[in-house]
Amino acid sequence: MAQFFSDYTWPWLAYTLAALVHIALLLNLVAVAALLFIWLERKISARIQDRLGPTRVGGKFGWLQTLADGLKLLTKEDLMPGGADAFLFRLAPYISFCASFSVFMAIPFAGGQYPFVAIHLNVAVFFILAVLGLEVFGVILAGYSSASKWSLFGAMREAAQVVSYEVPLGLCAVVPVMLAGSMDLVYIGDRQAGGFWNWYLFHDPFTFITFWVYFTCATASVNRAPFDLAEAESELVAGFHTEYSGLRWSFFFMAEYGSMLAVSLFAAILFLGGWHGPLPLAAWLDWTFDHGFWHGIAGNVLGTLNMLAKGITGAAVMMWIRWTLPRLRIDQVITTCLKYCVPIAAVMFLGAASWQYAMPGRTFFGLVGLSPAAYQLAELRPTVDTESTAPTKDGSPDREEQSAAGDEDPVELQSSVAIMTRDDQR
Amino acid sequence: MEPPIYWPSFFFLLFSAIACAFAVAVVLSANIVRMAFYLVMSLAGTAGLFFVAGADFVGAMQLLIYVGGTLVLLIFGVMLTSQDRFISMKTNSFEMGMAAGIGACLLALLVWAAVSVPEWRGLDRATAEAVPLQPTATPIGMGLLGVRVDAPDKSGYLLIFEIISVHLLVVLIGAAYLARTRQRRRPMAG
Amino acid sequence: MQPLLANLLTEPVGVSHYLIVGAVLFVCGVLCMATKRNALGILMGIELVLNGSNLNFIAFGSPYLRNDPGTIGLDGQLMSLFVIVLAAAEAAVALAIALNFYNSFSSIDVDRADQLQG
Repeated sequence: MAQFFSDYTWPWLAYTLAALVHIALLLNLVAVAALLFIWLERKISARIQDRLGPTRVGGKFGWLQTLADGLKLLTKEDLMPGGADAFLFRLAPYISFCASFSVFMAIPFAGGQYPFVAIHLNVAVFFILAVLGLEVFGVILAGYSSASKWSLFGAMREAAQVVSYEVPLGLCAVVPVMLAGSMDLVYIGDRQAGGFWNWYLFHDPFTFITFWVYFTCATASVNRAPFDLAEAESELVAGFHTEYSGLRWSFFFMAEYGSMLAVSLFAAILFLGGWHGPLPLAAWLDWTFDHGFWHGIAGNVLGTLNMLAKGITGAAVMMWIRWTLPRLRIDQVITTCLKYCVPIAAVMFLGAASWQYAMPGRTFFGLVGLSPAAYQLAELRPTVDTESTAPTKDGSPDREEQSAAGDEDPVELQSSVAIMTRDDQR
Repeated sequence: MEPPIYWPSFFFLLFSAIACAFAVAVVLSANIVRMAFYLVMSLAGTAGLFFVAGADFVGAMQLLIYVGGTLVLLIFGVMLTSQDRFISMKTNSFEMGMAAGIGACLLALLVWAAVSVPEWRGLDRATAEAVPLQPTATPIGMGLLGVRVDAPDKSGYLLIFEIISVHLLVVLIGAAYLARTRQRRRPMAG
Repeated sequence: MQPLLANLLTEPVGVSHYLIVGAVLFVCGVLCMATKRNALGILMGIELVLNGSNLNFIAFGSPYLRNDPGTIGLDGQLMSLFVIVLAAAEAAVALAIALNFYNSFSSIDVDRADQLQG
């Protein structure tokens, strides 16, 4: 995109504009998703638990309620407890939100030759896992600086929970990485092209189980019920955000919904084929980059819709779980992680590795040969796209862009090296 | 006309300012939780410097392990100072002054060493932009498995990798053994 | 020989610049270890020192900062990986020790660890 702008204006302005467009798109995504999820959560909870209010509230399908909520939050008084550590208290919600928002920078929404991604990272899986873990940082600071025992309890619980759940989460995320042979999310997504039988969810029995373990751990690591010990309102008033009100509180809320969407999208790319639908519709319609740039863009838009549908479905399932299951005790939460999730994930990892040896190049539980389309799509794209920006934290251009902009040679060299090493590994 | 801004340099300045400023703040702060917060910011700035230097894998690793590990440090800080929550352990000003003097001498020495080699001053712009982008994740992974795809004449790191794995296992068991709860004994002394 | 600080925004930075940042981190870490009485503060000083050294490894291995054959290439990154991993291990043990210390003394002031002074 920076290349596109630089045809019309100065380079520095082009980079800034490109970065701003990315940021604006992603920020809108997070904010709109939060709005949508609040509404969805109300509706789902009402239907599941027979709550009368949300099913009857004003406006078409009750959309006015969300608006009223927003107004209420904006006009609330901004309180701070007397004994609070003012600096950290003010900072904490923004840290949480930034961490949750930064995840979206590395998540691709469509693949192909020109992937829809703010930063095309070579180690995207790793980056996302790392940044997801940083969200808890804001929570701990909030709990500590509020000078309230409920907040502190909530924060300590969250810390223990998130730090322990990162282990199985990472183990599960490694399985698709191993199958694809890359930590690049665009590559992983494109390896699952061509129908649902190519999805890593159905790759073999081990990945099938891995997905459910991943989903459990993801639910726990974003603090959703039944794992929402940090804000257990029956025990801790409201946990770490007891002392927060108004806009700061809503930042925590946005962070929570943002990371719900993030882990769902992450799961969609790792296991559910990402932007490739259950049937290869885009390929049937010739909406690929082989048939011209705009065909490819149309396919990518379709893929983005696919991704968003999968992400929202994932979040809706999390809500369904939240309103169905009772909350666990803290010892049960840790037991679930350390005694069940970690060993299961480890065994699944080993199993998926041996399955690769037993049935190389086959998918759908070993019944179907891997379609050549998946290989083709994934191998053909340039390793570092000119569209991508630097792996710096704020979506800004860097030397990668400049070195990749001029000539295609190093890029081709890299991808051939990557393929070569991958073949070595096999 | 001014030459256009070289963006990697700009981000180098940004991240190094973050890293250095928060490192100084760690030294000057007396509150343990704030220290941990400043430390995390400093480490994150260093991760940004890694990215700028082209070491994306190590940068992500830094974020994941180092920053995550410091998080645990922070939790301990909160836990161990919970009886007097905003506790601070002050250092007296004489010690602080002496340390500052020694630190200034050390810094002067190191900076002198850093700037004394002319080859380390950096490339000129054209050369730097011509350096191809190299992906690091695959070569690092292969290097840890003992195969060097980047420099075939150099040796791999398989043995070190294994030693570190065993070391980590020992450390895990040892730390769990040291930190396990046992029945309360009488405090030993004063 | 390029001047060190002129044209900082328009010319690439070199190993020297990285080394200076590393030196600042290192010195801050040493000061932290020397002046803090809190055991966790000392641990944080160690982390800073290791971080400064990591930065040096990365700088010497980076192809963008210095393009002579003397660059250590990927070895620098591998070394800093090992440093990161070992630092994590060290932090775990140090925290366990601090916890034990706290259990016996109800404090993490290292000046109170004077039982072996006889």
